[in-house]
Amino acid sequence: MKIDIILCGVGGMGALSSAAIISKAALEMGMYMKQAETHGMSQRGGDVQSHLRLSDQPIASDLIPEGECDLILSVEPMEALRYVNFLNKENGWVITNQNPFVNIPNYPEMEQVVKEIKKIPHNIIFDADKIAKDVNNPKGTNMVVLGAASKYLKIDISKLEDAVRQNFARKGEEVVEANIKALRAGREVADKQL
Amino acid sequence: MSILKFIYNFAFLISERSLTGAIKLKIKIMDKLLLLGDEAIAQAAIDAGLSGIFAYPGTPSTEITEYIQDSKQAKELGIRSNWACNEKTAMEAAIGMSYAGKRAMFCCKHVGVNVAADPFMNSAITGANGGLVYIAADDPSMHSSQDEQDSRQYADFAMIPCLEPSNQQEAYDMVHYAFDFSEKYHTPVMIRVTTRLAHSRAAVERRDVVKKQNELTLPEDKRQYILLPVNAKRHYKNLIKKQDDFMKESVSSSFNCLYEGTDHKLGIVACGLAYNYLMENFQGKQCPYSVLKVSQYPMPDKLLKKLYNDSEELLVLEEGQPIYERLIKGLLDISKPIHGRLDGTIQRDGELSPNAVGKAVGVKVPEGFEVPDIVAGRPPKLCDGCPHRDSYLALNEAMKEFGGSRVFSDIGCYTLGALPPFEAIYTTVDMGASITMAKGAAEASLKPTVAVIGDSTFTHSGMTGLLDCCVDQIPITIIILDNDITAMTGAQKSSATGRIESICKGIGVEESHIRVINPLAKNFEENVKVMKEEIAYKGVSVIIPRRDCIVWGQKKRRMLAAKKAAENK
Repeated sequence: MKIDIILCGVGGMGALSSAAIISKAALEMGMYMKQAETHGMSQRGGDVQSHLRLSDQPIASDLIPEGECDLILSVEPMEALRYVNFLNKENGWVITNQNPFVNIPNYPEMEQVVKEIKKIPHNIIFDADKIAKDVNNPKGTNMVVLGAASKYLKIDISKLEDAVRQNFARKGEEVVEANIKALRAGREVADKQL
Repeated sequence: MSILKFIYNFAFLISERSLTGAIKLKIKIMDKLLLLGDEAIAQAAIDAGLSGIFAYPGTPSTEITEYIQDSKQAKELGIRSNWACNEKTAMEAAIGMSYAGKRAMFCCKHVGVNVAADPFMNSAITGANGGLVYIAADDPSMHSSQDEQDSRQYADFAMIPCLEPSNQQEAYDMVHYAFDFSEKYHTPVMIRVTTRLAHSRAAVERRDVVKKQNELTLPEDKRQYILLPVNAKRHYKNLIKKQDDFMKESVSSSFNCLYEGTDHKLGIVACGLAYNYLMENFQGKQCPYSVLKVSQYPMPDKLLKKLYNDSEELLVLEEGQPIYERLIKGLLDISKPIHGRLDGTIQRDGELSPNAVGKAVGVKVPEGFEVPDIVAGRPPKLCDGCPHRDSYLALNEAMKEFGGSRVFSDIGCYTLGALPPFEAIYTTVDMGASITMAKGAAEASLKPTVAVIGDSTFTHSGMTGLLDCCVDQIPITIIILDNDITAMTGAQKSSATGRIESICKGIGVEESHIRVINPLAKNFEENVKVMKEEIAYKGVSVIIPRRDCIVWGQKKRRMLAAKKAAENK
């Protein structure tokens, strides 16, 4: 069993926190993992991505080969499209928040972005910001997206919840619960879509 | 595996390295740690009896030193780890610690080796006393660098061994091996990593026993480090003699391995990370070709010859420049066909990837979707509220009066002032070059000449250039942007903090022409006026726009508040 995930978004939106949470849950399940990050000249407002590879067999490459990614998990819609060259054409999923983060003058028309995402056979594009607000956790967009993706992750939601607990433990029980709520609300979206 | 119970002991911090909020994650899994390649190197150094790490920040090497600075274990062991003001001073201090018999590590990004090239080359001649390991973190594809030079070239140039890990575990193991090797043969050893390994995380198994640090022991040969020609000639012959030992070690090294295949049409030399990309293309099946995995140099000649003799053609896979491909091919190119970057089998520049390697070995590689044209880039830009923004707005206004001239600049966040909307600067070449290039242009009668440099870059390599300007009495204005931190690499302490005015004064700048301004929008008029005055001055002047980096400033306030709260408790 292997799963290759690209987590992406714009700096500061929590895409890499999601990567850390999945990693923890996967390790809890005894899987091998490699996680490559982009660092460097990126800063606030720049695009960020992480290649996260999980498997029950040792993993060779730190990078996911093009055309083999199982899941693109994005907190921003245009960012999801940036990496579709990595997506497995038959079985790959794109799961993304629908609200754009516009910090460039040439951000494309939203209609076009949605149209391109819908061209991917397996896609979920939804208003994760609204769901996060509905559960009183406006900063929890990344958790909502992660919850929606949990259906396709081959990782127990309970394991993910444990990982969220550990991840936010330092910030207190209230923050932990708010994030678990966001995670569950996201999962509901995915359950309803099928 | 699933019955394993994992013990977590994680620190979860926003990375100081990257302002995107990259995550520093340390999870303990039984006896394994989940570590970045950089962190695996750092942890290995601590476990291998390190006494000091010496470095200047530079992507992708910064996390090595930061890990040791943040490590409780390193603190308890008294390992020194403060930042040096540049790579040359850092390496020389490491050589000094090795002289005193202790284990020392130096690390830098690839272009940092250029800065340290003088001690680097000559330390190969002196040899080492205590274990001396140099880490060079290369950046093929130039994710955040100005070139993609390959540090293996330097190791070959200096005739010292080079190790090139293919994964995080190997990186950990190699540090131990490198220190032992260094002490066995009295030679510095280079470990060369690239961005992908430096910034990728995997589980790493630690050794059980932490080696005790060496005692203070001075070199037996009192002339070992006196490179007068009479000694240097002897040492150089000695270094040449060591080459046979280095080769023997390479041939028998467990880091190098020849896997024999069944199909002899092709033999593959896979260096460092390239080996992983090759294996990625043969998941769950056997690679039919013979493969020489190389992670220790000099290139193991016997293994290479065997591969060559057993194969009809060779493919050389290198993450970086085609150094060994070129050597194997030779200038005469009269051997069997040698494929790689030089004949276009692999792209000539940039990082390797699983797909590029797959294509090179003739495997059918999958393809994903085409990235739609509408996807727009998010080019890097100065943060909202960044003090450099106000400095550049004022500078552009001040320079209007001197139309036609150009501003020289340097390496740091402020390099982004070259891009719209500022387009305020015209050069960024190497650390410190703003001042000296402006000086040369002034001597070619460019008027006025202005250099923009950051505080940390100034103490890295700008001070000597300023001295040249003072000695030659150059009409020049040097703007030292002081944001209290080395910002671009993610907020490391700057050696310049609190010292800039006294340094400039000591070097010979007139006190009345050292002007400190506060780069805020409300001070725009005043700042423009100061800049115009100093640009018009016919001698050396320094302007210091001083305001904390916006990201660092927030963190600094949080740290101060936390400290205060702790004190009040």
